Amino acid sequence: MDPITLSRWQFGLTTIYHFLFVPLTLGLSWFVAFFQTRYYQTQNEAFHKMAKFWGKLFLINFAIGVVTGIVQEFQFGMNWSEYSRYVGDIFGAPLAVEALLAFFMESTFLGVWVFGEGKVSPKVHLTSIWLAAIGSNLSALWILLANGWMQRPVGFVINELTGRAELVNFFALVGNPKGWLFFWHTIAAGLTTASFLILGVSAYHLIRKQHVDIFKRSFQAATIVGLIASTLVFFGGHTNGQYMFETQPMKFSAIEAHWETSQPADFSILTIGDLSGKREVWSWRVPAVLSFLACNNFECEVRGVNEIQAEYEGMYGPGDYVPLMVVTYWTFRLMMVAGFVMMLLSFLFLLSMRGRYENAKWMKWVPWVIILPYIANASGWILSEMGRQPWIVQGLLTVQDAISPNLTTVDLLISLIGYVVVYGTLAGAMVYLMKKYAIAGPDAAMHESVDVAPARVGADD
Amino acid sequence: MSYEFLQILWFILIAVLWIGFHFLEGFDFGVGMLLPFLGKKDTERRAIINSIGSVWDGNEVWLLTAGGATFAAFPHWYATMFSGFYLALFLLLIGLIIRGVAFEYRSKDANPKWRNTFDWMIAIGSFLAALLLGAAFANLARGVPIDENMMFTGNLFTLLNPYGLLGGVTTVAVFLLHGANFLGLKLEGELRERVNVFAKKLWSVTSVLYIALGVFTYVAGFWARGIVNPGAVPIAAVVVLLITGYFLNNKMEGWAFIMTSLNIVLTQITFFTMIFPNVMISSTNPAWSLTIYNASSSQYTLTVMSIVALIFVPIVLVYQGWTYYMFRERIKSDKKSLVY
Repeated sequence: MDPITLSRWQFGLTTIYHFLFVPLTLGLSWFVAFFQTRYYQTQNEAFHKMAKFWGKLFLINFAIGVVTGIVQEFQFGMNWSEYSRYVGDIFGAPLAVEALLAFFMESTFLGVWVFGEGKVSPKVHLTSIWLAAIGSNLSALWILLANGWMQRPVGFVINELTGRAELVNFFALVGNPKGWLFFWHTIAAGLTTASFLILGVSAYHLIRKQHVDIFKRSFQAATIVGLIASTLVFFGGHTNGQYMFETQPMKFSAIEAHWETSQPADFSILTIGDLSGKREVWSWRVPAVLSFLACNNFECEVRGVNEIQAEYEGMYGPGDYVPLMVVTYWTFRLMMVAGFVMMLLSFLFLLSMRGRYENAKWMKWVPWVIILPYIANASGWILSEMGRQPWIVQGLLTVQDAISPNLTTVDLLISLIGYVVVYGTLAGAMVYLMKKYAIAGPDAAMHESVDVAPARVGADD
Repeated sequence: MSYEFLQILWFILIAVLWIGFHFLEGFDFGVGMLLPFLGKKDTERRAIINSIGSVWDGNEVWLLTAGGATFAAFPHWYATMFSGFYLALFLLLIGLIIRGVAFEYRSKDANPKWRNTFDWMIAIGSFLAALLLGAAFANLARGVPIDENMMFTGNLFTLLNPYGLLGGVTTVAVFLLHGANFLGLKLEGELRERVNVFAKKLWSVTSVLYIALGVFTYVAGFWARGIVNPGAVPIAAVVVLLITGYFLNNKMEGWAFIMTSLNIVLTQITFFTMIFPNVMISSTNPAWSLTIYNASSSQYTLTVMSIVALIFVPIVLVYQGWTYYMFRERIKSDKKSLVY
């Protein structure tokens, strides 16, 4: 394999892995802050335990999210040095601002929250978890503004003298609608992820009739937030799609396996392509729905992949400008299905609130819902990034031209295998601890560790 | 503000970020490396981890900010250095990853094997990070093969030259001593005594290595590459390191810590003074070196970033300083007062 393929795999794998942890951090931080606030207001021990218990799961998840985030910042320079040279004048700024504004705040105040109980005043302790939550979510804003710029570059000129893209309007970058749409979609997805983790874990305890008070409260809070957030994800996604239709028509049509321009355009429910993933064999379509997705009416024209390909060849020279459709098409459907199921489920949970839902028979299936947001989150990013191919910055620079020229296949094999081994091992440890602490329940979260026996290293304690 | 002024300003700002990172994360790395050697009992190990527990993550953000600021202000520096030092940085990242996760996970299971494994991950991760950082900075001072297109033309073994290795080992030693001094400030009782004995031994080894690195730098002529002479700064760095021994012998841990802090700060100042206005010296042809002039961002970007930095750096310094003040007490190694 050549360095470019390996670099792409490495970026894809490390990024998806990183983003398994990020949404939960984003969403769960608000829940913990909320429970901590309720404890502060009421002095009710149940809320204290809720903050501690969900906080424990938050921290187990956070640890991996934060360390894998360092790789993210470094690998632009490590693997994509030509990208960094060409757009660093623009792209570097939001990354630096992210670190300065968000990472410091998040990590410093999370430290105060974990270690400060009893050392700082309750008010400061409460403020610290809110600041940590705000810091986390602020970091999402800045990295999404950076990514938004890659999807829809704004506020720059090409400087012939330096041979690179240079920033001329910082406010265009900060005000880029693409970035803000991503932010809306991602923050809501984070809250949805956290809600579904809470629903699943709470259900586990409710069926066993353990800590019913705590887990009913948690279940209810997560149902309400889950419903609102998953609905917001949907509308954010829909708006995002329409914006994509305007700014990245190729991605839009590739997601829909929409080959030929048509007016109105059909929506494909099922399309089978050939093995190349770029040619259609058979499809089942509903009339006019794609037009609605693109522009909220059933009449507008949606240009097909073939027409856009021809247009791009005219604009950018010969080449293949069609993303790998089998991936964009299926990840989109996977994301949609998972998203709709979550909306529906949280709606049904809300309806069940009128009755004694904690004893319901279906409760034993609820722990499985934890998987849903993960499917949606991962497939969403895969479609967003693979849908932009072959571009690394839409219309400006291709992935092919962005790679570090000095890297060899051996370099990349070492790093790729290294990441897979280390990340895989840590994921194992993380799942083990998450499960253990989730099952052990809130009493254990108040203590050192859930195990009874004291630990010994070397000599006796 | 003129373009040149901004370029110099950002060189200084990035230097400040690296200085802050080495000073803060330096003792974190030291504490991490010392953990399995100093902590005999589990509560002792936990006390050692607690001494940096609330701050290490915030300290590490200095590295992320230095990386981000380099990307934003000197994209070519970021691109050449990060792609050129590829495998070294990969190992550094692995070190930071296993260490960061281990801090959080080691106490979450009572199995002694689990805990011991994660303790060693903290130590090895910290060691890797310190060694590679030191080697990387030494190579930046020495110069690395860079062609006329700002492209690094070496590989991992290019960095493993005697000077680079000495820089790496010396950094490990300095961080160990710095970490021991920090622990001397934060711990109490028997553990504090043990730290002091350890620190005294470390001090003599560190001093020898440090002076050797200084002599090597001078003899090889690495110190006279730029346009500014570091003057008495490196001499002061040696002096404060030597004085550390006096304070250790008199169990004045606070002063010992201040001395190693000063040593790290002065070393970094020496380094950045030595290379200025270069940011990456080409050992192939000095004319191909990356400088603050040919590696920087546009004037507009530097202006915007200056405004952002001017507003937020002081805020960050205030609240990070405040957390150190909040957690200034010594850590007791009894179960009740430890945080897990």
